[in-house]
Amino acid sequence: MSTVSTAGAAGSATRVRPSPTPRRGRTRAGWNLLGLCVFVGAGFPVYWMLATAFKPARDAIDPTPGLLPASLTLDNFRRALQIADFWGPVGRSLTVSLTVVVIGMVIGVLAALAISRFAFRGRKIVIVGILAVQMVPLVAMIIPIFLLLNDLGQYDKLSGLIVTYLTFVLPFTVWTLRGFIVNIPKELEEAAMVDGCTRTGAFLRVVFPLLAPGMVATSVYGFIQAWNEYLYALMLMSQQHQTATVWLGNFTTKHGTEYAPMMAGSTMMAVPMVALFLLVQRKMAAGLTAGAVKG
Amino acid sequence: MSAAETTTAEVPPARPSPPPDSGASSGRPEGPRRVSAGARPGAARGASAVPWALLAPCLLVLVLVLGYPLVRLVTLSFQEFGQSQLWGFKPAEPAGFDNFSKVLGDGEFWAVVLRTVIFAAGSVIVTMVLGMLVALVLQRVSPWVKTLVNIALVASWGMPVIVATTIYKWMFDSDYGILNYLLSKLPGVDLIGHNWFASGPQGLAVIMLLVVWGAVPFVVITLTAGLTQVPKELEEAARLDGAGSWGVFRNVTVPVLKPILVMLTTLSVIWDMGVFPQVFVMRGGHPEAEFQLLTTYSYDRAFQVNDYGGGSAIALLTVVLLLGVVAVYMRQMLRIGDVEESA
Repeated sequence: MSTVSTAGAAGSATRVRPSPTPRRGRTRAGWNLLGLCVFVGAGFPVYWMLATAFKPARDAIDPTPGLLPASLTLDNFRRALQIADFWGPVGRSLTVSLTVVVIGMVIGVLAALAISRFAFRGRKIVIVGILAVQMVPLVAMIIPIFLLLNDLGQYDKLSGLIVTYLTFVLPFTVWTLRGFIVNIPKELEEAAMVDGCTRTGAFLRVVFPLLAPGMVATSVYGFIQAWNEYLYALMLMSQQHQTATVWLGNFTTKHGTEYAPMMAGSTMMAVPMVALFLLVQRKMAAGLTAGAVKG
Repeated sequence: MSAAETTTAEVPPARPSPPPDSGASSGRPEGPRRVSAGARPGAARGASAVPWALLAPCLLVLVLVLGYPLVRLVTLSFQEFGQSQLWGFKPAEPAGFDNFSKVLGDGEFWAVVLRTVIFAAGSVIVTMVLGMLVALVLQRVSPWVKTLVNIALVASWGMPVIVATTIYKWMFDSDYGILNYLLSKLPGVDLIGHNWFASGPQGLAVIMLLVVWGAVPFVVITLTAGLTQVPKELEEAARLDGAGSWGVFRNVTVPVLKPILVMLTTLSVIWDMGVFPQVFVMRGGHPEAEFQLLTTYSYDRAFQVNDYGGGSAIALLTVVLLLGVVAVYMRQMLRIGDVEESA
């Protein structure tokens, strides 16, 4: 049944692919122009970050800034690396994000399997629960979590931050993996079991390989989320244990903001994440909406 | 024979082109006894220990890291909890509804609520409308334009919120910001040295722009995926019946996309009601009174004034405010759960 509906949706998806009719050629130019406006609007802030990062710091505070940098330099990056400590925060962010993703993935796959492949009493409550916790704003949780970690002596410890990050990475992981698992036809497992596989065997040999790309995408996405988190990192870690996102605040002091090095710092923070994101975003959109579209 | 089927069927999934189900389902009629025991409701007897075992670690972690703090949030909001309680000099004292009556009786709180609702509603509406428009435009542009737009969208989507906020702060800088410079090039506009954050509404509009900029890509990419699933035949039929573009959009496209639209809108509401770092960082860690949203207000109450009970009360009220919207989303999600269960 589920296969039929998925196949139906996929069928229409391929059929629908618009074939450009010659009649449309004339209006195409107008649409392209609109599209280019969107490109400029969405892309400009990114461009301006890069442009500022690579231009000499004194050009950045020119009252008549040129849209194209007159000359390029790497000085801002050097300066950014000097400000406070750069690799310490980056190392801490890496440790936290990777640990969170690994824990989240192990626990998440099991839970996602349970809610997507088993019918059991209480399933609905579990689903609602997992969805509901995603809706609690992080800010609402910061006060009790701060007090809790304080009581447990976990304030200003990476372990405390890791556990805290599970609050948002884990529900998200379970929900997204569920979407990916639902996309794998149950009949494949059934066929494997007909051939004599056990349920676990069928999972390991059939579902797991098919789920792997989804798991990679979800991991990367979870990693990015953990890496980008700001509020908990700010509140739960002291100045000397700050993570990468909080490190970015170091460019603003009483004496003003050093914008050019700050943009260099931003570039160093953003480029790896955007690159990772590029790799998985298509798959993520599919996974996140699998349920909604197929329903 | 069935072995061959499984191998042919091992095409990567997820992409909306699942393996041809003819092969797999042809094996199904002969499918023996209860291979899919767990999959079918009713046939699940006895197997229910397995899912719970699979769920156990997840539930355990969630109860510990989420459940406990949530309960603590509620108890805190009924306690008097300040600095001396934090350091353990004094025990937390039950305060009844004091925190709530204090908060609810405060005119500033209601101003903050109103501001938050306007800010969130504005952000959501602008995001959804813009997202829909861009998705529709993308359907009609040449492939190379589509690629360009997609690159820009993914770059802004993947940009860490803090980085994005920093960039906007830079672009809107009163002295060296590119925006003032560019706008002043327009005839009759002189914004050199204009401080966008001198007034709350204007500053919040800038922050809204930042929020929308970060949120539109997700909406566009999701809707683009959704639009490919709108049956062409339906659109053509509507057109034959004399519907214009707007009619087709209203009567065909929107109904088909409705589940996605509901999901996106709800998620946007949740995210936009929870906006924090954007305001916090934009205002250098100390948002002025006219920039306070419920999130920053609750934070301020707790960590600046050291009134953790009051801050919790505000946070709890925020959650309650969200519940109305969440209810809609829940129903949608539950329907998905139902479909899967009966499948």
